[in-house]
Amino acid sequence: MVVLKDLTKEELYAPGHRLCAGCGPSISIRMALKAARGPIAAVNATGCVEVSTTIFPYTAWRIPWIHALFENTAAVASGLEYAYDALEKRGARKGKVDIIAIGGDGGTFDIGIQALSGMLERGHDIVYLCYDNEAYMNTGIQRSGATPRGAATTTTPAGRVIPGKREWKKDFAGICAAHGISYVATASIGFFSDYMDKMKKAIEVDGPAVIHVLTPCPLGWRSNPADTIKLAKVAVQTGLFPIYEVINGKYKMSMKPGTLLPIEEYFKLQGRFSHLLKPELKDELEAIKKGAEANYKRILGLAGEPVTTQ
Amino acid sequence: MSKEKSLAEKMKLPWKKMPIAGIMFEPGSTVEYRTGEWRIEKKPAINQDKCIRCFICWIVCPDVSITRQPKPYKNYTESVEVDYYHCKGCGICAAECPVDAIEMVEESKVVP
Amino acid sequence: MYRKKGKFTGEGVIPYSGEGSTVTIEGAAVCTQTGCAYTGNEAVAYAAKQCNVDVVSAYPITPQTIIVERFSEYVANGEVDTKFLAVESEHSAMSACVGASLGGARVFTSTASQGLALMHEVLYLASGLRCPIVMAVVNRALSAPINIHGDQSDMMGSRDCGWIQLFAENAQESYDLTIQAFKIAEDKGVHLPVSVNLDGFTVSHATESMKACADEDVHKFLPPRESLFKVDPTTPISVGGMALPEYYYEFKRQQEEALQLSKLFVNRVGKEYGKMTGRRYGYLRTYGLEDADAAVISLGSTCGNVRSVARTLRAKGKKVGAIKLWMYRPFPREELFSAIKDLKALAVMDRAISFGAPQGALCSDIAATLLNTGSDIKILNMIYGLGGRDIPPSTINTVFTDTLRAAKTGKVKERINYLDVRE
Repeated sequence: MVVLKDLTKEELYAPGHRLCAGCGPSISIRMALKAARGPIAAVNATGCVEVSTTIFPYTAWRIPWIHALFENTAAVASGLEYAYDALEKRGARKGKVDIIAIGGDGGTFDIGIQALSGMLERGHDIVYLCYDNEAYMNTGIQRSGATPRGAATTTTPAGRVIPGKREWKKDFAGICAAHGISYVATASIGFFSDYMDKMKKAIEVDGPAVIHVLTPCPLGWRSNPADTIKLAKVAVQTGLFPIYEVINGKYKMSMKPGTLLPIEEYFKLQGRFSHLLKPELKDELEAIKKGAEANYKRILGLAGEPVTTQ
Repeated sequence: MSKEKSLAEKMKLPWKKMPIAGIMFEPGSTVEYRTGEWRIEKKPAINQDKCIRCFICWIVCPDVSITRQPKPYKNYTESVEVDYYHCKGCGICAAECPVDAIEMVEESKVVP
Repeated sequence: MYRKKGKFTGEGVIPYSGEGSTVTIEGAAVCTQTGCAYTGNEAVAYAAKQCNVDVVSAYPITPQTIIVERFSEYVANGEVDTKFLAVESEHSAMSACVGASLGGARVFTSTASQGLALMHEVLYLASGLRCPIVMAVVNRALSAPINIHGDQSDMMGSRDCGWIQLFAENAQESYDLTIQAFKIAEDKGVHLPVSVNLDGFTVSHATESMKACADEDVHKFLPPRESLFKVDPTTPISVGGMALPEYYYEFKRQQEEALQLSKLFVNRVGKEYGKMTGRRYGYLRTYGLEDADAAVISLGSTCGNVRSVARTLRAKGKKVGAIKLWMYRPFPREELFSAIKDLKALAVMDRAISFGAPQGALCSDIAATLLNTGSDIKILNMIYGLGGRDIPPSTINTVFTDTLRAAKTGKVKERINYLDVRE
């Protein structure tokens, strides 16, 4: 278990980047780099983190870092891994480099999933880190495959007829696990020791590993910047974002199931869900509750835990 | 701030002198960029007496602006300080402090 | 990073000596070469093998697939140390090439047609990030309708993507240009990607006799890659960040200069390769231009047919010539002009349509070359061979007849001639 006191004080991610005040993704990147075990290189998909950390001539990165395109991060990382191998083979470089591919939910769930699937299938020794702020925040809060049902975005506004996004969040961890890779985990920056532990495990895995971390976005979620960590916790505690590991296909809950908080506790902190708390949308709120509970129970079942939410 | 030109100014070079492929050869150069100017209204102030050095504020800061300094204070070997040059004033540190040792205070207030 | 401007004129225009065959040996070759029979695809794969490529990343597509198949055999049989990355799309193939190239590796890939189109945005990335990737493009028509046969629509669609673009006439040139491509691309004064184009089926699938160098000679010609910069923990650089309006333009201006200057290296490497093999390369190859009134310019496999017809016509006393462009990007403006300036008429063969444009792509480039020069050369634009439509000598004969007529009358009838299309 990660102990904060013993964590490295070395900051591989520098201050002065231009992500928003209270940015969840920023926290997730810094924590991920704290879990590094040695030399590390990152490949970063287009998105908030990429754009705001490397505005020429300023870079926040103190590790070798590549931004290529939006959808090809996993492929670029695959090439980089092979380059290091090949150069080592011909004696042109020495020593293991841990490669982390970083993408937001849009760059991962949607446009980048083909390249990611290829990377997982080919078995590259790369950690894929998806920081999930549940919409295309960089382009101005459009829905993605990771946006949860009910959330208002600029392409799924809470209108008079349609109350926000109608579809459920994609089971991303399940998709990754289905590739038969040895380590997949969901995590939340609200439970940072657990998250950094998972990052360490992912790096240690010989072969591909995927971390899907929930990172609240004050801008897109219309929340108080100071609530970022709190929201990341409550999302887990309401069962809306269960955190678990899939180790060699076996599911394991990261938190023992206890009493779940009512999802209103989560929704009331965010403007993107505020419409759902109006009496006229009671049915939609109920549907979301039911769906969230079913999903939570599904994960409990996969983890072999007693299926109860009481 | 010193009168020295910022990196952004220095890099406004003729095209032949620009770094190849837009590469940034100076790691962590954002430290020069003063995001502390973004703060509106309030800034965090740490009460060193109340602080139990759990370092939660340090790890949850999105702006690497809570720093651990090797300055002994009473029984502690380290102090936790705010880097106001970069702190954007989001208030996560104050919200997450388990012992309420961090307070968001008026920008004008002098913090010891 | 920048070399002083060198002299551009004259150098790199290689005339055919006498009535030469496809390969003209100028002086004795210094290295021992083995005669062999390869298809264009096999020749490219064999060249890449001899170049000790670190990483190959590719995806199958007709008519290129044989290149990666052959290369996979080399890997499977332990004949190379190359890491072979069989990816899930061309987009990822080029992306992996970019990652590997930034890591410092020597990188090769090949594609065609839709594959090149799918790579399109990554092509700009490869050149913008100055990755010296070498790619064989086996030129094929673009959908729709789907057609797997040869034309040059694919590369013409990517002609402005910042790559050095070389065109091979036959298997021998495919082999020779592939080896040279690595040396050009990886030179620290260039650091740009290079594509070697060969016509689908006509070159890629036709077995021809050719000469191959010994491995040691290729290794001596092409030492292991050394990069100007590397994404490596020893040099923690950030590559591919965002450049706002106050910087972006300068980067692009610099990239354009690098591509224009790369021409010097194309010629230098062509000369060096000529010393090693007796086969001198450059920007373009001319035939009969010393006294020609009318000439035909083309790219790739058609050049052989054009030259052959020109030879027949010259034997009949017609003042005709032929030009083959080896290097299409950067466009060898000065050298081409010096070669064609005394012509009265020039037919430009475009094996692709630039939809909605005033002319085909090559013809537009030639028109731009003549701009403000005071030249009165009559230009005839010929669109031909789309989707693998054969281009028989009789058609080329007609092209020469039309061009000679234009040379004589000073008149050009049609803005664009669509050769051998059913009317």
